[in-house]
Amino acid sequence: MSQSLESYLFISSALFAAGVYGMLARRNLVALLISLELILNSASLNFVAFNRFLLADKTAGQVFVVFIIALAAAEATIGLSLILLLYRKKHSINIEEAKELRG
Amino acid sequence: MSLQELVFLGVAGITLAGACLAVTLKNVFYNALSLILCLFGVACLFIFLGSEFLAVIEVILYIGAIAVAILFAIMLSRPMFQKNVKRNPAKILQAFAVSAALFVGLARVIRSTPWPAAETDGDYGLAAIGKNLLTVSLVPFEAVSLVLLVAIIGALVLSAKGEPR
Repeated sequence: MSQSLESYLFISSALFAAGVYGMLARRNLVALLISLELILNSASLNFVAFNRFLLADKTAGQVFVVFIIALAAAEATIGLSLILLLYRKKHSINIEEAKELRG
Repeated sequence: MSLQELVFLGVAGITLAGACLAVTLKNVFYNALSLILCLFGVACLFIFLGSEFLAVIEVILYIGAIAVAILFAIMLSRPMFQKNVKRNPAKILQAFAVSAALFVGLARVIRSTPWPAAETDGDYGLAAIGKNLLTVSLVPFEAVSLVLLVAIIGALVLSAKGEPR
């Protein structure tokens, strides 16, 4: 089972579904960021699984995952500093509070 | 069932349990801790898939940097001490229906696709990854470094902006 492509694809689609549920159901900005990390992780798991089982060049998928992780780090930095800014202005990080996007 | 399969099942269970707890628990701090559990499971799955480099990167970068940054943001913005706004259960049910439909659809696609036979031998090593990064994917590599620089500067500017003088 640990050497079949399908089991990894099932795990990754379960991670993706959990992330989408968190995106739709939660109202806390940090929880939304956590769901986003889950979705990105399901994508990287898919890349590595396809890289192992279907691709002749075994480095291409791994390089892609390195890029995904770097972009996730950039996105988390910007997202967290925006959350802190919003908390200082509104004293809440509920996304219902962030309705107006004026300066 | 061999030991490897048992360990694989355990790791998959840990990953999925961490993912479910990370989106369902009410306390955001527990969400972040469950995210760390899930990321650790994904790192173990990377080892099963033969890429030890990515497993190490996942632990160092995701758990060591991103998850810890999320924990810092939770402590600085103190969402734990605010009272929870009651959510409309119908909306939660709708979100659950959408994600369940997504999972069922993906699972059906995965089941019905005839995957070709696996060919798992090849060079997974760190040297090959480094060579690929500096030859074939040099331009995206540089672009990502630029994006990281812009993100650092942007985060500094944003957090200096809200500082009360």
